[in-house]
Amino acid sequence: MEDAFLQTEGLSVGYGGVPVITGIDFAAHSGKVLTLIGPNGAGKSTILKTLIRQLSPVGGTVYLGGRDMAAMPALDMARSTAAVLTGRPAPELMSCGDVVATGRYPYTGRLGILSAEDRRIVAESMELVQVSELRDRDFERISDGQRQRVLLARAICQEPKLLIMDEPTSFLDIRHKLDFLHLLRRLVREKGIAAVLSLHELDLAQRFADTVLCVSGGRVDRVGTPEEIFQGDYVARLYGVEHGGYDALFGGVECEKVAGTPEVFVIGGGGGGIPVYRKLQRERVPFAAGVLQRSDLDYPVASALAAELFTVPPFAPVEGPALDAALARASRCSRVVCAVPAFGPLNEGNRAILDDARRRGVLEENAAQRFP
Amino acid sequence: MEQKRRIRSAVCFAALGAALLALLALNLAIGTARLPLREVWNILLRREGDNAAIVWGIRLPRLLTAALLGGALAVSGFLLQTFFGNPIAGPFVLGISSSAKLVVALVMVASLARGAAVSSLGMVVAAFCGAMLSMGLILLASRRLKSMALLIVCGVMIGYICSAVTDIVVTFASDSNIVNLHNWSLGSFSGKEWRDVGMEAVIVLAALLGAFLLSKPMGAYQLGEGYARSMGVNIRRFRAELIALTGVLSACVTAFAGPISFVGIAVPHLMKQMFRTAKPILMVPACFLGGGVFCLLCDLIARTLFAPTELSISSVTAVFGVPVVLWMLLARQKRKEGV
Repeated sequence: MEDAFLQTEGLSVGYGGVPVITGIDFAAHSGKVLTLIGPNGAGKSTILKTLIRQLSPVGGTVYLGGRDMAAMPALDMARSTAAVLTGRPAPELMSCGDVVATGRYPYTGRLGILSAEDRRIVAESMELVQVSELRDRDFERISDGQRQRVLLARAICQEPKLLIMDEPTSFLDIRHKLDFLHLLRRLVREKGIAAVLSLHELDLAQRFADTVLCVSGGRVDRVGTPEEIFQGDYVARLYGVEHGGYDALFGGVECEKVAGTPEVFVIGGGGGGIPVYRKLQRERVPFAAGVLQRSDLDYPVASALAAELFTVPPFAPVEGPALDAALARASRCSRVVCAVPAFGPLNEGNRAILDDARRRGVLEENAAQRFP
Repeated sequence: MEQKRRIRSAVCFAALGAALLALLALNLAIGTARLPLREVWNILLRREGDNAAIVWGIRLPRLLTAALLGGALAVSGFLLQTFFGNPIAGPFVLGISSSAKLVVALVMVASLARGAAVSSLGMVVAAFCGAMLSMGLILLASRRLKSMALLIVCGVMIGYICSAVTDIVVTFASDSNIVNLHNWSLGSFSGKEWRDVGMEAVIVLAALLGAFLLSKPMGAYQLGEGYARSMGVNIRRFRAELIALTGVLSACVTAFAGPISFVGIAVPHLMKQMFRTAKPILMVPACFLGGGVFCLLCDLIARTLFAPTELSISSVTAVFGVPVVLWMLLARQKRKEGV
């Protein structure tokens, strides 16, 4: 594409001439968010540090706006690329306004005195990131969420075309993570900045990235849209998840299933079974679940956690051999939990399991979720 | 707020200027021979009178030395604190003063043994070599030791070794030179000639200008090396410049007045609290003025408290400096605990 601001060609990154990751080819486009994901120690930070010239590349080339980055003067580089780094800087006696104003560094003169124009841009950046009211507060005495915003304002104030961020959401709680990423995506679009960041939160990467770059095992394993990356069990394999699973569709994790002969049978469906499955897993009780359509909301969790699962095809009524097998299994369980509040045309078959359990006096009704 | 800050800075600078002038006057007037201010003023203007020799020959060079070298110490402390991102870094704590002292003592003894006196410039060069030596050791250690506390311990150890070796050198120096060497190694602003003052002024003011011109990258560096680099600071060059300036400043102090403790930590801290900022563009001149004021006050006390016996300047600076440093450490701890 034409608007790729950042382009790497056969880039190898590492420390002291020893490559950690080789053959890195990707492009970051203006107005888009590119997210690096991958296990700890895979080298996400190493790539990012190379892109801001904190490390020199072991091999290959990085192009910024068509220019070879290695040959760019420090000042040109600083005018095109800004960074939000990991760690918590603790400058003594600096107000948030002072911290943001350091972003004007590449534009001020020998003594770094701000012009009226510089001051206007500082104020504007703080306004955009909604930290104007923090201007006179001590930077060391604000919350983690506020600090990341102030550092983002600092980077914006540098008027970059490329914004590099190393795990900017690490210290934030879920609300501040969402706020930060919403803000980032808005800024990136409005200002036409190409953003490259690493994230540990896969669910957020899936929702906020335009492009996802997967780093693992010394190479860039895949590059693609979130839709391409987050499907099937690819992500679980990327991270080498052994205990449990990662659900690519919802971006959720499940623990490892409890194997063994089922002691409990759960009549699930429509999402009602999910809390029951998780509770039984926590209590290390092997259980069977069914009968579910493979299109049911319960299905991904049940298939991850149930020792035995009885299913029928998507949108098909509960009947036939699956129901017979489920009935046989339920009759041998010492407890049957009914997690659905109602039966309809598709799951009417499950009523037979319920009736049998009630007759045997082992039924527990646990329909926590009421359907709207 | 911007307005308020500017007013605060202006008031602080004015106060420092006034304190400096007052202490200059007091230092000229007070001493073994007590002179009325009017007489001092007349002597300064006309350079004549019964006591002209005292004012022009003894007191003026001494107080200028105290002001210049005090300022140099405070500025070099501020530079080191910025460099290491640590508020208790200073030329004395990191062993820089002590190793400068050691090399100067060695050079002095060696040349006196051959019957030649060391020139002031020779002393400065020797002190600079010594300062760079321990600075090099500290930098090597800082690659390995990520903890600032360990780095400081390392500096203190270097300081002890250097002081011990200096003592040995002094012990074995020929008798006639011991008194001279011993006095110098305790630290004092006395016995300066106008030629020395001229050289001090040239070196210190040049280094001060250099430090002032580095205030922009220093400001960026306060956010950490990573951010400084991403803003376009040439880190390698900046660090080299900062180290060289620190070395020149502390070497000049050590060569002319011997090792002087705690000024480098206490004064920058006092200035930061007074100005409520750590911006280098304000702190470099403020530390210079503040260091001058601090050392003039300490020298006045050293000269007059038990007159005619003079105290060593280091004992006075330590008495005033240590409480400031302790206060600072406690205040920081409190802030970290979020009180």
